[in-house]
Amino acid sequence: MITATPRKDLLLMGIFTLAVLTMPIWLAPIGASYPDLLQRFAIFGIFAIGFNILFGLTGYLSFGHAAFLGVGSYTAVWSFKLLSMSVVPAVIFGVITSGLFAVVIGYISLRRSGIYFSILTLAFAQMSYNLAYSVLTPITNGETGLQLSLNDPRALDSLVGVTPTSGIPPTNFFGIEMSGYSGFYFCAILMIIGFYISMRIFRSPFGMMLRAVKSNSNRMSYTGLNMRPYTLTAFVISGMYAGLAGSLMAVTDPLAGAERMQWTASGEVVLMTILGGVGTLIGPVIGAGVIKYFENIFSAINENVLHGIFDFLPEILQDGAVAVLSLFVGEGWHLTLGMLFMLIVVFLPGGMVEGFTRIYSRIRNKNNKNNGEAGSVGSAEVQPGE
Amino acid sequence: MGILEVRDVNKSFGGLKALNKVELDVEEGSVHAIIGPNGAGKSTFLNCLVGLLIPDSGSVNFNGNSLLGIKPHEINQAGVSRVFQTPEIFSDLSLLDNVVIPTLASRDGAFKLNGWKRADQDSEIIVRAEHMLEDVGLIDKRNMHAGSLSRGDKRRLELAMCLVQNPKLLLLDEPTAGMSRADTNNTIDLLKRIGERGITKVIIEHDMHVVFSLADKVSVMAQGTVIAEGSPEGIKGDPRVQEAYLGGAHL
Repeated sequence: MITATPRKDLLLMGIFTLAVLTMPIWLAPIGASYPDLLQRFAIFGIFAIGFNILFGLTGYLSFGHAAFLGVGSYTAVWSFKLLSMSVVPAVIFGVITSGLFAVVIGYISLRRSGIYFSILTLAFAQMSYNLAYSVLTPITNGETGLQLSLNDPRALDSLVGVTPTSGIPPTNFFGIEMSGYSGFYFCAILMIIGFYISMRIFRSPFGMMLRAVKSNSNRMSYTGLNMRPYTLTAFVISGMYAGLAGSLMAVTDPLAGAERMQWTASGEVVLMTILGGVGTLIGPVIGAGVIKYFENIFSAINENVLHGIFDFLPEILQDGAVAVLSLFVGEGWHLTLGMLFMLIVVFLPGGMVEGFTRIYSRIRNKNNKNNGEAGSVGSAEVQPGE
Repeated sequence: MGILEVRDVNKSFGGLKALNKVELDVEEGSVHAIIGPNGAGKSTFLNCLVGLLIPDSGSVNFNGNSLLGIKPHEINQAGVSRVFQTPEIFSDLSLLDNVVIPTLASRDGAFKLNGWKRADQDSEIIVRAEHMLEDVGLIDKRNMHAGSLSRGDKRRLELAMCLVQNPKLLLLDEPTAGMSRADTNNTIDLLKRIGERGITKVIIEHDMHVVFSLADKVSVMAQGTVIAEGSPEGIKGDPRVQEAYLGGAHL
């Protein structure tokens, strides 16, 4: 049985930090160590960690978290335009603004639960998306998307006497350019901080109350607990994570478009969380990584690559294999992802983390038997929530 | 002066008059049983006490304060706990967490943003919760999923969740329904033991064995109204009760 103790959490935190920071090294063999993809791993990791605080703990399934992603992006780009190319105000304002949006949307949506809550959040997100596209064009620059320009005021930058010598200056963190690996490390460190905060919440009395909401909201109110402020706080926290992820998108690539608020983006984070393991600490990060990996790597494989792989086969077999497999790669990478998702949901409802746990306990049982112990007593009991 | 005073409570569902001028006085520290045939309005009445239903008219006063129109969590915070007919527990959580949550609720109130401390390091809360689990004999199962318990154990767990809050008034809706005789007797013993803490209890019960082992006073409900009230011995012999409740048969 896995019981969370402060020591084990410290260990998990250490391993997580090490694994994230060394990603450029251990992801190299599978071709995923280029900065652009690594940044996306970290950004969507943050998005999914935050989403899991709401969905994983309280069970409230939001279909509108992309709205906060978009708000974070727009705010960050405006911060670059008006204040400074420094990422610090951009990230701070991105998180605050999306938090404010989350208060409003959450306050209204959380009056209902279950499917009605999901529909309300979806409606809000689609509203934001359409507003960003049309009415709010002065703020969002509509279809073109919000971009930086040479004539932006950048009040703080010009206050300290920084004027661009040529072209639009890059986003920076105290002088360090936020592109390439430095951009990845900036996002990665924020993801590690976000993961740590999420772990604190998971282990806290507050997190326990959120689990109580999911488990039995009836008993909760007859236990003297007011459910509404608990769910609203969780909603706002996860909205702020989404806003952070959105502003980091703008940090690594300073433009913002309405399509970031599309419902497909909201759906993606749901997929990530379920694929990795709802309500587990590490699951959402793994889910985000897997989906982004598939999106970038599988979609890049084309028939030529496949022919290269099956070069050793006789030509007829080679053509056959390529014809079948090409359905699943390139444009068809969604097919692979969809099948993987179906398999996970059917066979491992607890996501990939459940898979790892099963493998782990099977190995441990085997070891126990080898040591002459009569099976494992602990494995019969499953620790809730982890 | 009773701890709970119910005056002239009425409740209708469409044309059905579920509660008709219900009056009840519960003495502080006593065990008050409410018995009656199916459909007499016992559970409806209990639901009116905890804020699940709002009576059409009448008054419900607890310690001199009205319980009408306030939310279930506020009623609980005022000192009223309830055990349900089908145990309402946090099935996905461990037994310990199930008891820790109400313990936290009684210490920290209806809402506290406590997101940074570790719940499992809060020794005051953990000790209280573990004591409670020991009291109801579930301490060995503290790390099990509550959902995997037997029905009798679930009910004991729910009782523990209510008792750990030290309520002033405990409402029990058929606490032994669906239990084996042995489990029923265990529950009676447990309820007797907690009687020693001076918690006022209102019990809805079908099992006369339970009623006569526990109750100081019995109210009999039939067709939405209280038709008789008195000591268990007195009620036994009341012909109106035998007529309404037992269809004329003798106890």
